[in-house]
Amino acid sequence: MTSELVDFTLVSVALLGIGIYGLAVKRNFIRMLFAVEIIINAANLNLVAFGRFLPHSGGQTLALFSIAIAAAEVAVGLSLIIVAYRMYQNVDIADFRSLKG
Amino acid sequence: MADAAFLALTVITIGSAIAALELRSLIYGSIALMGTLGGIAGFFFLLDAPFVALFQLAVYVGSIAVLILFTVMLVKRELIFKKIEDKRRKFAGIGLMLVVMVSLGAVFLDSGIKTITTDEPPVNFRDIGADFVIYYWPALILMGLILAGSITGALVLAKREDVENDQRTS
Repeated sequence: MTSELVDFTLVSVALLGIGIYGLAVKRNFIRMLFAVEIIINAANLNLVAFGRFLPHSGGQTLALFSIAIAAAEVAVGLSLIIVAYRMYQNVDIADFRSLKG
Repeated sequence: MADAAFLALTVITIGSAIAALELRSLIYGSIALMGTLGGIAGFFFLLDAPFVALFQLAVYVGSIAVLILFTVMLVKRELIFKKIEDKRRKFAGIGLMLVVMVSLGAVFLDSGIKTITTDEPPVNFRDIGADFVIYYWPALILMGLILAGSITGALVLAKREDVENDQRTS
């Protein structure tokens, strides 16, 4: 094992930055979901990396919980996309104005 | 220092993350997202966590990415290839990304984690199982309930109530 903890955290920071860029710039609902997935994966990478270097089994356990909860989040998010697409015939979040008042 | 496998995985993961957000076609974008998720699974292998890596491959690459692909297929053809983004916000977004990367990266490089190395053996996956059933069993049950609730909620949300009559008549 030659890579160090700081290498993994730097990759994780890069993924977090890319995810934040996607959330800030994109207006496509599906692309924003991609960005959220990238951010969640960056967090999981950090959990497992710290769990390996401490070393403690808690990191991997929490990463497994996080992956399972992310699966639930994606299922609900995709069904929301389908409902919104059916209502507005579009995936542009600027068109989803029902809650805007 | 980082080794070759680490560098290759870094290029794959970060490159396909950028591709997932920037490729014109949503279908290629979701395939690139699969590359990112697979790259993260590779990192888990490097971190001596094969159990989490296989879980990641099964749940993310196997189910979530395919679910996203099917949702993309339900969207109209012209929307799949249309790039919707704010031109004005693009530069602000790139600036925000650079600020986050540079500031957090500087904090990490300056902190004590640079000196953390380990020679200890990796965590045995039996410890993870013991964690689940001894310490975190209420959370495990709660997670099962949340998963069941979210899947039911997703089904109820996505159900079309106007189609039933059409199907009967046709």
